[in-house]
Amino acid sequence: MPSFTAAEIEALIPRLRRFARALTGSAEAADDLVQDTLERAWVKRELWQAGTNLRAWLFAVMHGVFINGVRRVRATESLDAPDFVGVDRADAEASAETAIAVRDLRRALLRLPDEQRQVVLLVGLEQLSYAETAQVMGVPIGTVMSRLARGRERLRQLLEEGLPDRHGLRRVK
Amino acid sequence: MDEEQLHAYVDGTLSDAARASVEVHLAAHPEDAARVGAYRAQNEALHRAFDAVLDEPHGLHFRAPRRDRWRWPAALAATFVGGAVIGALLHASWGGRGAAAGTVAIARQAAVAHAAYMPEVRHPVEVAASDEQHLVAWLSKRLDTPVRAPSLVAAGYRLLGGRLLPPAGEAGAAPVALFMYENAQGKRLSLLVRREATATDTAFRFAQQGATNVFYWVDGPLGYALAGDVGRDELSAVAQGVYRQLNP
Repeated sequence: MPSFTAAEIEALIPRLRRFARALTGSAEAADDLVQDTLERAWVKRELWQAGTNLRAWLFAVMHGVFINGVRRVRATESLDAPDFVGVDRADAEASAETAIAVRDLRRALLRLPDEQRQVVLLVGLEQLSYAETAQVMGVPIGTVMSRLARGRERLRQLLEEGLPDRHGLRRVK
Repeated sequence: MDEEQLHAYVDGTLSDAARASVEVHLAAHPEDAARVGAYRAQNEALHRAFDAVLDEPHGLHFRAPRRDRWRWPAALAATFVGGAVIGALLHASWGGRGAAAGTVAIARQAAVAHAAYMPEVRHPVEVAASDEQHLVAWLSKRLDTPVRAPSLVAAGYRLLGGRLLPPAGEAGAAPVALFMYENAQGKRLSLLVRREATATDTAFRFAQQGATNVFYWVDGPLGYALAGDVGRDELSAVAQGVYRQLNP
């Protein structure tokens, strides 16, 4: 029997949703990914090893779902969709400048290769350790470090260059 | 300076001694300091951009995968003569499930529309069932694809009529059709039909918003969502009826 309860898993759903939202760039795709992750976790619940980090295990399950394309979602730039969180909530509270920065960040994230985006988010947003991130992604820690370095540097360049808008024009800062 | 040390500094995982030595390095290397500053800003920006998700309500649960989501198509197929054909069809649709992201939106749209129009006494529909031929022709024209109003008489629901809804996404997308049905007790069901951008069949799925239950699926170019404030089992039976009629 697994030694975690459904309540413990459900307490982590907001974290899974946050990560999935950043990963897919879409509220719907994110919730589909979380839904599939929860179902997969249910099926695999006996495989969790007591004493290990439940959150990291769930992210590993999600990683499997994501890369196996059970519900492979092409990251899309559906960021102006009204149901995209932040457009209507966070941004309303923040200044217009912050809103633009947030939108640019989301767009830039989606331009990273999947494996770099995952590492940047697991480390930077979910604050997993490098070892946990390596475990989640099933790669050596050195791979995590190189993806992290490349992902962060690419993100920095994208944000500093300014992203081309829909008409291919770059916004001048 | 080791690149790994710089990232560990950004992520705050260094010991005091290691942190101090990175800081000495950064003081002498402004380019590295600028990078480290940018990476730190990225972490903060990620939280600003996505932390609001943590507080959003959601309907997700950790429990056994829904029986009807996974096994229903097989059970449904078994109830038919020629079930093998349908079985094969549904099996194929499972394989294609991968591309069918975003189908939750249709369930949400159906639940919202149902809540808005279901209580209407005088104007539950724009075009009444008495003018069904016109209704279907009109909606087919507006959706730019043939649309049908399945009969739910076998389940005790008669067609009240239908209406056109705006698309959920961007302006310019095809509008959405909503059929409304009513039973002898005045219970109403809403069937939402819309064009799907990713024309990939999905299994039946179930969603719930408040008292409203929704079964939804994608079949060819169209997505369907049947919404009603009725029990899951009853709704599931009606949804099967709809599916059967659309896939004779």
